[in-house]
Amino acid sequence: MKLTLKIWRQKNGKEKGAFVRYPVDDVDPEMSILECLDVLNESLILRGEAPVAFEHDCREGICGSCGFVINGVPHGPERATTACQLTMRHFKEGDELTLEPWRANAFPLVKDLVVNRRAFDHIIQAGGYVSVSTGQAPDGNTILIGKEIADESMDAAACIGCGACVAACPNASAALFTGAKITHLGVLPQGEPERERRALAMVAQMNAEGFGNCTNIGECTGACPKEIPLEVIAKMNYDYVCGSINRRDDLPSPVPPVVTAGSGA
Amino acid sequence: MKLVNPANKRKHSLIIVGSGLAGGAAAASLGELGYKVKCFCFQDSPRRAHSIAAQGGINAAKNYPNDGESVYRLFYDTVKGGDFRAREGNVYRLAQISGKIIDQCVAQGVPFAREYGGSLSNRSFGGAQVSRTFYARGQTGQQLLLGAYQALERQIHAGSVTMIPRTEMLDLIVVDGKARGIVARNLVSGEISVHIADAVIIASGGYSNVYYLSTNAKGSNATAIWRAYKRGALFANPCFTQIHPTCIPVSGDYQSKLTLMSESLRNDGRIWVPKKKGDSRPPNEIPEEERDYYLERRYPSFGNLVPRDVASRNAKAMCDEGYGVGKTGLGVYLDFSEAIGRLGEKTVRERYGNLFDMYQRITDEDPYKVPMRIYPAIHYTMGGLWVDYQLQSTIPGLFVLGEANFSDHGANRLGASALMQGLSDGYFIIPYTVGNYLATNKFANVDVAQPEVKEAIASVQQRIDKLLSIKGKRTVDSFHRELGKIVWDYCGMARTAGGLETAIGKIRALREEYWKDVTVPGSGDDLNESLEKAGRVADFFELAELMCIDARDRNESCGGHFREEYQTPEGEAQRDDERYSYVAAWGYRGPGAQPELTKEPLEFNYVHPSQRSYK
Repeated sequence: MKLTLKIWRQKNGKEKGAFVRYPVDDVDPEMSILECLDVLNESLILRGEAPVAFEHDCREGICGSCGFVINGVPHGPERATTACQLTMRHFKEGDELTLEPWRANAFPLVKDLVVNRRAFDHIIQAGGYVSVSTGQAPDGNTILIGKEIADESMDAAACIGCGACVAACPNASAALFTGAKITHLGVLPQGEPERERRALAMVAQMNAEGFGNCTNIGECTGACPKEIPLEVIAKMNYDYVCGSINRRDDLPSPVPPVVTAGSGA
Repeated sequence: MKLVNPANKRKHSLIIVGSGLAGGAAAASLGELGYKVKCFCFQDSPRRAHSIAAQGGINAAKNYPNDGESVYRLFYDTVKGGDFRAREGNVYRLAQISGKIIDQCVAQGVPFAREYGGSLSNRSFGGAQVSRTFYARGQTGQQLLLGAYQALERQIHAGSVTMIPRTEMLDLIVVDGKARGIVARNLVSGEISVHIADAVIIASGGYSNVYYLSTNAKGSNATAIWRAYKRGALFANPCFTQIHPTCIPVSGDYQSKLTLMSESLRNDGRIWVPKKKGDSRPPNEIPEEERDYYLERRYPSFGNLVPRDVASRNAKAMCDEGYGVGKTGLGVYLDFSEAIGRLGEKTVRERYGNLFDMYQRITDEDPYKVPMRIYPAIHYTMGGLWVDYQLQSTIPGLFVLGEANFSDHGANRLGASALMQGLSDGYFIIPYTVGNYLATNKFANVDVAQPEVKEAIASVQQRIDKLLSIKGKRTVDSFHRELGKIVWDYCGMARTAGGLETAIGKIRALREEYWKDVTVPGSGDDLNESLEKAGRVADFFELAELMCIDARDRNESCGGHFREEYQTPEGEAQRDDERYSYVAAWGYRGPGAQPELTKEPLEFNYVHPSQRSYK
């Protein structure tokens, strides 16, 4: 089948960008949209034009590298599907697909469809872990965890850190991402001792990175390829409020973000 | 083993290349100990490393199910599964450490599957006769990696680890015979930088992407280990590669990678092909008596649960004989109708729901109604840089962890053992062995103006300039695809001396063409994926040749290395312990020169090598 890709092209964070239309022939319904971009790039290279930069790695929906907005929806129209697993059979002959990068202040553009998501790492650095060093652990079965709790934790832990939640949110909030980690660890006994402190530190860092506030619209969970439930945000808010009351004298100071556009670091 | 005084640890700097299970765990653990660590990854975040894609689980000798598991049994199974081509000492240590890994991961908050009573759940995996596999749904690799990643981020926050993402190691700096640093390129700005340290730890994963189509991530590459090889580290058993039997078949020429489905599917799925060659009827219209459940027929005691190499080879044989299914004829059925009848759709959905969904997403076929089609794909490489018991390569100060080394899996890796090895190397082995090295050596200052450093930078720059200046007519991917096809055809599931000879000739000719006719667009001072790929593919050409040389030299069949000339009357791998019970470690001797073979004899003091039989 034949279709047109209307793609955001921008050389780097300093120069201006624009949409460019590329007709693509011989699109096989079985190929993924990333493979469709591969085919386009091969032809651009042979024509001496710059190929479209897009991020990708595992191509099986788990690494979280890929992702761009397709016709206004992060990762495209299929529910619970990353761009790398989105096959072209969901589109039809003659369609025009608009591809653009995640747009958020906290995700500065690197090139074309690639953005810098180090802000997510900074949020994890602020407290997204259990403070246990290698070698300190007791036998695994000394910590009993009911199946329901383990499942609830796993539902939140399934987040792949792709950033679709931020791209979908009108406020560019990272509440779903941050709430997912707070819930993953917070519901487990291992995460309990640091639960309030973790929520305070991670939320403070999230705000410092320049993400917007959550206004409970729910676009994030709809766009999430791993269907992280909206409840994780409630859990985050609960832990944050408890922490604000119980640890008033102990509020963390976030590390200011050091991200500069295009540096990649 | 000697220890480094705690007060002196911060004076020692370490470089870690790779942030997967092995590299991430090592960076976190060494940071916790107080060393000054720099960790590099080519992705935008350490959380993307390809360890994340492992699905099935992680083995450990815990014996929670009380079914006869022990350290010795895990050790024995691993040595036997590797077809007696692994070093006993290393494997025994791995089995000893395995339980501690689970404890560590639980303490980090990894949400392993649990029983209703709250204890950890175990399952049998990949044909093991005990339930020793721990898992987190179908995303065990992801959860273990996030555990290591979080521990790493904690150390970054504490200031003991500096993370350098989107940066790739392009050369190793060796001064006075010791590994003292790396030359790296920032993939966004193109800046070439030098990093000096007291020791270098490579944990950059395997080299399945030599084959172009593999289950590895697109970015997975062999450049770090290959540069180290060219600086003098020996490369061991390069021909030991593993083919995974349950992948989704190739659907067209544009295909960019292969998707693996956990082999846990073989616990309940039955593998078959039509008894009639070229039978084009839909599977549901082929009556029971016209189906050949060839694994159950040939291996009555293990049936569909034979090890990976046996299952893969049989699938290829059926397709080569013309019994394959699907539009390419390169596929066999994996059928769940019997399991659905026996257990009910609900139970099957609980066990495999996410895998069925993934299959349907990719193929648009419903595996609850129509049998899956599967075909083997390259999945893991047992070969890698040679290391001693301390995980140190033949270059002092260069340590190699995880899939990047050759150490524990012999000629075939058992399912759910890769995660175990990566974490064992990273959390529990390297913190001891690197300390011993640092405590027993003196480290002179290395100046970036030193000739060894300048030469390394110059060679990196030259290569980049050369690749950009060829401006030929073929893309990097087109060469890579062609190279992959050669290696798959001649050095894949079945190999012959003649075929390997042919492959070496073809690889050399194609490599020559590559350096004359490849085109790399853009410049070196920008995010340029074509340039990244071009350097990696150049290394794959050389590695592919070494794989074929090694495969040609090993005149026996063992594990994943199947030489058609050497098989039992039943068509199984025929080892030759008299002549080939050794590790083949190859040394670089300059461009175009035949590499030098060093043999490390394998001695078995506890396990008696026997013919593997799964009948």
